[in-house]
Amino acid sequence: MALQHLTEDTFDTAVNAAPLAMVDFWATWCGPCKMMGPIVEKLAGEYDGKALVAKVDTDEEADLAEKFDISTIPTLVFLKNGAEFDRKIGVTPEAALREVLDANL
Amino acid sequence: MAHDVIVIGGGPAGLSAAVNVRARGRSVLVVSNPLEENPLWRAEKVDNYLGLPGMSGAELLKTLRAHAEQAGAEFREGRVLNAVAMETDWFVSIGSDMENAKAVVLAGGVARAKKFPGEAEYLGKGVSYCATCDGMLYRKKPVAVVGYSDSAKKEAEFLTSIGCTVTYFDRPKTCEIIGGAKAERVVCDGQAADVACVFLLRPALAPTDMFPGIEVENGYVKVDRAMATSLPGVFAAGDCTGGPLQVSKAAGEGLVAGQSAAKYVADLARKK
Repeated sequence: MALQHLTEDTFDTAVNAAPLAMVDFWATWCGPCKMMGPIVEKLAGEYDGKALVAKVDTDEEADLAEKFDISTIPTLVFLKNGAEFDRKIGVTPEAALREVLDANL
Repeated sequence: MAHDVIVIGGGPAGLSAAVNVRARGRSVLVVSNPLEENPLWRAEKVDNYLGLPGMSGAELLKTLRAHAEQAGAEFREGRVLNAVAMETDWFVSIGSDMENAKAVVLAGGVARAKKFPGEAEYLGKGVSYCATCDGMLYRKKPVAVVGYSDSAKKEAEFLTSIGCTVTYFDRPKTCEIIGGAKAERVVCDGQAADVACVFLLRPALAPTDMFPGIEVENGYVKVDRAMATSLPGVFAAGDCTGGPLQVSKAAGEGLVAGQSAAKYVADLARKK
């Protein structure tokens, strides 16, 4: 599965069905988020079929951002079948994201 | 846009690095605060810069800047927040935008301030270094801006414009951030404010905040004789590598770092 852009309507179904998911909470006005973009896209391709890699635009989906208590962006939330088990706040190197994904495949 | 080298910092070290990257035929972008916010700007007289005695800090800065412009360096005003590597590129975020390059020269001066109590603990939980990034998450909420530059005032105006209620602390000496799971209150020089977020806007971020994992020694960026840091493709020069905090030393290190960065870019191209 390629990179998914989730909304309030699609979030629960997509994430609950995924044994492992990484969701990037971001926004268009945020430079550090733009920087994470290519990394998240690359991981979406590489983990295709193994993990759901998705993005949530916090500007469009303010309720989702509030539900996950996002207080800075980018924030990357890791979930197993919809339950959060880890998160990385701020710009995070690719290797650190890979570490969490690989340890939970 | 992609550049060969990005220089972070527009003081003597950064400008010297830029001139020397250009001398090796590579493109370079210098990201810095306005020249007037450089600490050297306020120096009444610099008497130990070889060959140019008695110049004011402002005159010297303008002269160095003109030289770098003449050499073909590009300039961009702003504060660098983070840098992250992907494959053979470095991505650097500046406010709401980003730039990328093959190599980076870190010449942002000394991050003078120590962290405040509660700052590291609540970073990302109600403490932010970027108003343009996180401001929107606090629309209609009370926030504090702890500002140490004129640019910080502009960021506070931006927060007001998007609907935040802003308490502004102008260059306080001490601050403490207090809260539970998230920051709830900030006390600066004895004055308190209950807020949902504290924006700490210093002229420059600490190297370890900009470059996660960069090695430091006694608070300064660790470099070798080629001004290479512990991160591949990242070089450092000037006050951020340690004393003496003098213009000549900064310009000399900038030269080495600029040449090393240009060589790094050339070596990368050869490997392809």
